[in-house]
Amino acid sequence: MAVLDLRRKLAILSDAAKYDASCASSGAQKRNSLDGKGVGSTEGMGICHAYAPDGRCISLLKILLTNFCIYDCAYCINRVSSNTARARFSVKEVVDLTLNFYKRNYIEGLFLSSGVIRTGDYTMEEMVRVAKSLRLDHDFRGYIHLKLIPEASPELATEAGLYADRVSINIELPRDDSLKTLAPEKDVTDIKRAMGRMRLAIEDKAEPARKAGRRTFARSQSTQLIVGADEAKDGDILTRSANLYGAYRLSRVYYSAFSPIPDASHRLPLTRPPLLREHRLYQADWLMRFYGFERPEIVDEGEDLDLSVDPKTGWALKNRAKFPVDIQTADRETLLRVPGLGAKAVERVLAARKISRLTLDDLRRVGAVVKRAKAFVVTADWTPGALTDHDALKAALVQPQQLSLF
Amino acid sequence: MRVARLESEIDLAGWRSAARSLRAEGVEPRAVIWTVERELFDLAQPSPVAAANFTVPAAFLELAEQVILHRAADRFALLYRILWRLEREPRLIDNPADADMARARDMAKAVSRAAHKMKAFVRFRLIEGAARETYAAWFEPAHRVTEAVAPFFVRRFTAMDWTILTPDACVAWDGERLMVSEGADPADAPSEDAQEELWRTYYASIFNPARLNPKQMRQEMPKRYWRNLPEAALIPELIATAQDRAAAMVAAPTRAPSDRVLKAALRHAREASYGQGAPTTSEEVEAGVQVCRRCDLWRDATQGVPGEGPRPAPLMFVGEQPGDQEDLAGRPFVGPAGQVFDKALAEAGVSRDQAFVTNAVKHFKHEVRGKRRIHQTPDRGEVTACRWWLDAERRIVRPRVIVMLGATAALGVVGKPTPIGANRGKALQLPDQAQGVVTYHPSFLLRVPDADTKAKAYAEFVEDLRMAGKLAGLI
Repeated sequence: MAVLDLRRKLAILSDAAKYDASCASSGAQKRNSLDGKGVGSTEGMGICHAYAPDGRCISLLKILLTNFCIYDCAYCINRVSSNTARARFSVKEVVDLTLNFYKRNYIEGLFLSSGVIRTGDYTMEEMVRVAKSLRLDHDFRGYIHLKLIPEASPELATEAGLYADRVSINIELPRDDSLKTLAPEKDVTDIKRAMGRMRLAIEDKAEPARKAGRRTFARSQSTQLIVGADEAKDGDILTRSANLYGAYRLSRVYYSAFSPIPDASHRLPLTRPPLLREHRLYQADWLMRFYGFERPEIVDEGEDLDLSVDPKTGWALKNRAKFPVDIQTADRETLLRVPGLGAKAVERVLAARKISRLTLDDLRRVGAVVKRAKAFVVTADWTPGALTDHDALKAALVQPQQLSLF
Repeated sequence: MRVARLESEIDLAGWRSAARSLRAEGVEPRAVIWTVERELFDLAQPSPVAAANFTVPAAFLELAEQVILHRAADRFALLYRILWRLEREPRLIDNPADADMARARDMAKAVSRAAHKMKAFVRFRLIEGAARETYAAWFEPAHRVTEAVAPFFVRRFTAMDWTILTPDACVAWDGERLMVSEGADPADAPSEDAQEELWRTYYASIFNPARLNPKQMRQEMPKRYWRNLPEAALIPELIATAQDRAAAMVAAPTRAPSDRVLKAALRHAREASYGQGAPTTSEEVEAGVQVCRRCDLWRDATQGVPGEGPRPAPLMFVGEQPGDQEDLAGRPFVGPAGQVFDKALAEAGVSRDQAFVTNAVKHFKHEVRGKRRIHQTPDRGEVTACRWWLDAERRIVRPRVIVMLGATAALGVVGKPTPIGANRGKALQLPDQAQGVVTYHPSFLLRVPDADTKAKAYAEFVEDLRMAGKLAGLI
């Protein structure tokens, strides 16, 4: 077999990693290298060091250790039956690349995933060796995210947690039955059990870690769902997310619009869902996590989100009886449900209205999107009158949208 | 008109002392002209009234520290105007809707964004041949944030020597001290680094041409920074070819996977294996509850939780269903209720090692509310469906005594509703020759609000466990 040079390997193994939506480097325990050893720091908030022309941020060196894989998941470019080019990094190559990139300030750290070779345990062990070498041999204090292989032994997952800031296991398909058809070797129970064990380990080790004031165990886990590769509706997807957040305290569920891949399996649709659907799912997810919405308020199971308006505006249009609300007197929970008012704007409204009666201009200055909020609020100088109940209101709130090019 | 002279564009100390004098003298904001003069030949002595004392909110100073780094020419005047107004409108600082405050906040936000982008977009280049590992970078910040951001790089790269050159100021770190000097010229920085070829390879490969969205990219990585980002040179080409690449992917005919692959996939496909015959070993039960689809509870649960303990065992405990912690760990009675159970068992003088512990229902029934999973009581259909596994465990464990913890457990074991109040404290005869004892579920004991009632119920619970231990011949 021809020997690939490092650059060719990097091209293959980062190309193979680009379908993973996560690149976040936030939520790590704060640390730095002021004591003079090693390299790196994390300050809680992640930094995006570049943006690709697809608009997505590059915060981490996101690569696979290898894209050889014994599995045959239909949606995956690296499945055994795909004719994609293959490569494999050595542990040292990944360690050196990470350090070289980090010291030049290209990245916040490493996101390491891998195809499954030989066995789950063998693959997981190799990945843990990379993280261990970075932490122990090089005293690397940047961010490390490891993808767990669900069927690897619990001991290896725990060891991964010792070196990583975050771990994740991708569920990929929102519906269990499609997992069975499209990813026959994956077992949803294996995945859930691994997530459950990880939640217990994180909770178990969080307290001693806080007390010790140093990095001792991963702080969070996340997962990814592919949107549009199976029949799942947005309502089903969000139900699954709500369950995942509740059961495993995931810090994030990422949604990745199914993207055509070279040499796609014939079991997959050739069309792709508009990226807008992915965007709407993130908005709905955000409403559930930060705005006190429950999934049934946003969309029913078996239904899709309305692509033409954001989910909060959609909710407001369906609940016009609750509007208009008086900006001057409404409580925080109510204000958070007004379209065009974000969490920050709401906090500023609460501060500003103690000092004066707020006008529409004031709303604009605190960062509200007045165009969207107007029909739903009463201010010192404005009342929407019949506008709130007007038939054409929805049409007025829909922004002309550039549709998908493909 | 009064002219206030500052030593540098970011001279906050100078601005403070000038503003203090001006305000003490009652000079109105529109009567002041602010200028920066690097060569100060005429250092005016502060006027005596400057000592006049007044205080400003800490929030104002924090805001001023940021705003002064903005490149807008009117920043000194804006800050002085806010300071001036604060005397008459002390609550101004808390009013985010005020026009001056909003403008200052927008400036501060732009500055903090510029600082963040500097942390992100500085690209160090290795200085070849230096004794210690040494790096240098050329950077053009959107606002004058270089000195403010330097400590970040110190924290991150303490063990390296590095220099960041910018048109406003240069900062250098030698492992011990941070040095600040005059602005520099791009030609003073190294022009290449061997790793940049690899970095560009990574940048081009991680981009997904099927998701082209240059508008979003420019919003986060404005063009003003591209000049000094080695990867940015690739952008036009990547954008230009993206549509063709994505179209080619979709158009390419799919190739059928090989027979070998299809066979392997079929072999791996898991068929539900329960249902052929009743399980007769605990291995069959353990594997069986994992793939059990007799009711829908498996869907939202993590895993089936089989019983654990010696087989055979003289004593068997049956609870209701796994809780949040049991569902995650895959073991019965490890959560808060399990701790009450262990404590009471120890007080009754029975060792948990001698007993088999299981649940009437093997999957966690719950409802998600916010970020919590709230326990729900299994209904009769679910309990009945799960008797398949409980009965198998009873046949395998062959207990002399079965303790039913709570009404759901009693339903699972007896097969019909068996009220706790009317039946506790006595031994029931079960059809399979075992004796039955019904008592409270330990989580019920956790929920009794009144302390006296709670103590009484707990004592009864321990008494019931002791009776069961005696019946089983363990005490």
